[in-house]
Amino acid sequence: MQPVATTFFFYLLSGAAILGGVLVITRKNPVHSALALIMTLLAQAGLYLMLYAPFVAGVQIILYAGGIMVLFLFVIMLVNIEKVQKQEQFNKQWLVGIVAAAALGVLFVLVYMKGESLFPKHVVRLAEESNTQEIAVLLYGQYMFAFEIASLLLLVAIIGAVVMAKKRI
Amino acid sequence: MVPLSYYLVLSGILFACGVTGFLIKRNIITIFMSIELMLNGVNLSFVAFAAQWGKLSGQIFVFFVMVVAAAEAAVGLAIIIAVYRTRETLNVDQVNLLKL
Repeated sequence: MQPVATTFFFYLLSGAAILGGVLVITRKNPVHSALALIMTLLAQAGLYLMLYAPFVAGVQIILYAGGIMVLFLFVIMLVNIEKVQKQEQFNKQWLVGIVAAAALGVLFVLVYMKGESLFPKHVVRLAEESNTQEIAVLLYGQYMFAFEIASLLLLVAIIGAVVMAKKRI
Repeated sequence: MVPLSYYLVLSGILFACGVTGFLIKRNIITIFMSIELMLNGVNLSFVAFAAQWGKLSGQIFVFFVMVVAAAEAAVGLAIIIAVYRTRETLNVDQVNLLKL
């Protein structure tokens, strides 16, 4: 399918993503932060679609916006957020935080300026119709071992979460 | 077609948001959300590179990053519940000892 108005959609989605990201770190109420993070995640799913990655976009919505964020909201409701809201929001490290973010930004810009040869000049168009199929072939072929290890990691995480959240073992 | 560098800049901005939030917030849940923000910034650059090179390995790696993020979220939130149960606070400045 021929993409339409990609520039407009890029600016719309990236604006939503950045707005969500800034709201996550500035809101007092953790619930508002979580909702802003969901906005960022959904905007990112749209950007994945623009980058010819429909499978990753679907997984992003189902797993991140649907799974992980529901987990976050559950935990926020389990703890007493009214007490949290009355506390000091930011610690004394704001100077360190801004310096670290600026240093990271300078590093990214430097890598981009110096690393011209790292970046490909021409765009190779990915086939979006067979995207999921190609990912499945790679995942169950070349990356089989990593896939099995990932499943083991999830099993360990399940057991760890249950053991950790239990009152009495 | 939007050039690759725009996506990389966006990914850098999201990552910087995550770093700033991680360093300046006190609420442990928001710190956790900042980590998710950082992971998502990196995921975006992976997918952008995958689209630029025409190789799917970047998208596979995003899949694995998501698996690790899910595992980390499950264990981390369980730790948050355990910490809240024993200390009645979510402020990281008051949770600076492993032992009570």
